[in-house]
Amino acid sequence: MKQLIRALLAVLIVSLILIFIVFRLNSSQGYTSGNTLTIFNWGDYIDEELIKQFEEETGIKVIYETFDSNEAMLTKIEQGGTAYDIAVPSEYIIDKMIQEDLLLPIDHSKLPNFQYLDSRFLDLPFDHGNEYSIPYFWGTVGILYNTKILGDRELTSWNDLWDPAFKNQILLVDSAREVLGMSLNSLGYSLNDKNKDHLQEAKEKIDALTPNIKAIVGDENRLLLQNEEAAIGLVWSGTAQEIMWENENVEYVIPEEGSNLWFDNMVIPKTAKNVEAAHQFINFMLDPEVSAQNTDYVGYSTPNKEALKYMDEDVVSDERFYPDEEMTSKLEVYENLGKRMLAHYNDLFLEFKMHTK
Amino acid sequence: MRSKSRNFYLIPYVIWIALFVVTPILLVLYYSFFDIDGQFTFENYKKFFTPVYLKMTFSSFWYAFLITMFTLLVAYPIAFLLTKTKHKQLLLLLIILPSWINLLLKAYAFIGIFGTYGAANSFLEIIGIGTKQILFTDFSFIFVSVYIFLPFMILPIFNALDELNPSLVDASNDLGASKWTTFKRVVFPLTIDGVKSGCQIVFIPALSLFMLTRLIAGNRVITLGTAIEQHFLVTQDWGMGATIAVFLIIAMVLIMILTGKRKRGIL
Amino acid sequence: MKKLSKLSTVYLVIMFFILYAPILYLMFYSFNSGGTMYHFEGFSLEWYKELFGNSRLLIIVLNTVIIALLSAAISTILGVAGALAIYYARRRRVKNTLLSLNNVLIVSPDVIIGASFLILFTMIGIKLGFVSVLLAHIAFSVPIVVIMVLPKIEEMNTSMIYAALDLGASRWDVLTKVVLPYITPGIFAGFFMALTYSLDDFAVTFFVTGNGFTTLSVEIYSLARRGVSLNINALSTLLFIFTMLLVVGYYFITKRNNKPGRMGVR
Repeated sequence: MKQLIRALLAVLIVSLILIFIVFRLNSSQGYTSGNTLTIFNWGDYIDEELIKQFEEETGIKVIYETFDSNEAMLTKIEQGGTAYDIAVPSEYIIDKMIQEDLLLPIDHSKLPNFQYLDSRFLDLPFDHGNEYSIPYFWGTVGILYNTKILGDRELTSWNDLWDPAFKNQILLVDSAREVLGMSLNSLGYSLNDKNKDHLQEAKEKIDALTPNIKAIVGDENRLLLQNEEAAIGLVWSGTAQEIMWENENVEYVIPEEGSNLWFDNMVIPKTAKNVEAAHQFINFMLDPEVSAQNTDYVGYSTPNKEALKYMDEDVVSDERFYPDEEMTSKLEVYENLGKRMLAHYNDLFLEFKMHTK
Repeated sequence: MRSKSRNFYLIPYVIWIALFVVTPILLVLYYSFFDIDGQFTFENYKKFFTPVYLKMTFSSFWYAFLITMFTLLVAYPIAFLLTKTKHKQLLLLLIILPSWINLLLKAYAFIGIFGTYGAANSFLEIIGIGTKQILFTDFSFIFVSVYIFLPFMILPIFNALDELNPSLVDASNDLGASKWTTFKRVVFPLTIDGVKSGCQIVFIPALSLFMLTRLIAGNRVITLGTAIEQHFLVTQDWGMGATIAVFLIIAMVLIMILTGKRKRGIL
Repeated sequence: MKKLSKLSTVYLVIMFFILYAPILYLMFYSFNSGGTMYHFEGFSLEWYKELFGNSRLLIIVLNTVIIALLSAAISTILGVAGALAIYYARRRRVKNTLLSLNNVLIVSPDVIIGASFLILFTMIGIKLGFVSVLLAHIAFSVPIVVIMVLPKIEEMNTSMIYAALDLGASRWDVLTKVVLPYITPGIFAGFFMALTYSLDDFAVTFFVTGNGFTTLSVEIYSLARRGVSLNINALSTLLFIFTMLLVVGYYFITKRNNKPGRMGVR
């Protein structure tokens, strides 16, 4: 019994000491003071130097939280409990959030730096007039392939993937819309197609791809493709950029049948407490030099036209990640399919996953 | 024991159960009767009895069974041998220690070790077998799962073995029993409670594994957890997700009833 | 005490090696001057240096440890109470019901627990942050403690209790001087398992946290999309070594202050 009591006391004392230390650390950071801005963003999706710069310039304290998936973020925001001033969801979720009335309209008069954005990326179907969201990063979906393993073989279209020569060489992402979307595109349909017959056709087509598929993975496909575990991967452009940074043997291509154009935008949830600071932050991130620095750190493609002038020429002229207007006009942005249709997509995808056994 | 103080133990525990167990169960049950549009329906239950979900259920149980069995096979000897070492408490803690490192990190490490150019394949090269595809196979999935669950199985078995009265083993040996017979008829039955606990802690969570199925098995193994995760987060179809959860709970209750019938051993 | 046979020692050594292989792998790459866990480019301490400047991460680590220690401690107490309650239940039906209810949380996927706790907390009106995370961790750790402690109670020799009562012990004495000391190994086992569950949890914590409070697990999983940089390796290495020193050190110190041996013929 004494042993137990001693152990319990030890635990309590250690905890108290640690709590005390945390408290000191927090207050030395000014976390207990008044004017704060709470940001909810993807992990490692901002140059932390910029946060410090923002804090110094405005005197606002930034509280930073991260999430790993759009859906998880949505669930948290829907339930409430935390007042996030800024969140950075992807475009298809923003569509949903607008429809569910979860966002505050943005006051463009407070964003003088808005003019620096490339007009290609504004006024898109998921948020007309950018009433609720401001672009943060964007990209495409495409094929990443390993030139060392495949040799001279060049891939240019989705249909290339079905080549029997690629047996057990392909990594797909664990996402219904990307996989079904790719299949739909390869058949010439839109990736927002709601026609059940087309979808059935698309599903049967990817079932046929099964022998070529090595695995269906999540974010770790970045690690796997980097380590050359597979020769081909269906990836987001951001992932491709990251892989290329570490492994020179890969090539990225946007398939000619068409593909998806994705966006991560900044929004202000309805439950925000410090709307003023939120606008200040958005405007700060739109500043060309700030955007250039952020892009440099994160490595994805920036929607800020003016920022391109402050960036490395090699990076900016890379057509794979900064495709021209002709290319982007061929790409589609995801539309909100509605709950039922989205469930249908996911059911088909689940069946497909079971099929790969 | 007929004491009134028994009731005192019940109070905090029952409050905990009421708040954190009963309420979530009720919530889950409640949600399972609503479809994606919020209408009251039995559709989710009907959907569960389709081939896709039944196959998934079978697959989950099968893999959970395999994982539990292999974990037991590996853990029992370890626990047994540990009780015979000099610094057993220390070694026991050293076994638990790795489980405090984050699961994702360990999974990444395994991706590195089991990768085509990783340490495991280098080893296979050296001993002459040559590179093999280790990742995304049943083998690696079960291997890593067993790795994760090992400490949970070792601990209760170790505790049971540790308290074993050695004079019973000596008596058995004196009476002429072989080592194997002693184990089968004396040691194992006396430690069955520890084994049961271990199996419960491993089998039950193994049914809803989904992180490992994606990271190591590349979704070539699908468990009920995969489906639940998808329904809850991606589709936002809490109804269907809740329905699967209901079946998991029912399965668990059945297992408890089946394994609970055992009578207590000697004394 | 018999010495271990050669075969047994080999088996144990191999097992320990396998257990520690991924950990060593992580530690190895924490010294990588390159950025990945794939190519070792050169030895470097830069990740460690970067770690010490990152006060946000340090606060997160401390928070994680605090939550783990407190939730494990409280859930152990609750769990022991629960195990005793189940043990003393006279009717088999009550016993089985309690046991089943106890295990519901273990069988439920994290997502569901997280989501339902979130709903529960917002309904009650608990602010998301330290308190909600602590409560949630206690909640899902209790069943583990019960499962660890129950077998030890069940194999306890009841004649000891009767003997104590005969000798005039009060019920409190029976509890503290007979029952608890006997089941102490189970209690410690439960405590360490609860600690493990708490440290490793992601999904439940993610759903119930907020207002800037976050744990290491949540932080690491959120990095998955962009890539877990090696400063996390460095962090894990440091934590691991620290814990190991603590454990080994504590063990040898208590060995020194040799306590009277435990019961049993050894």
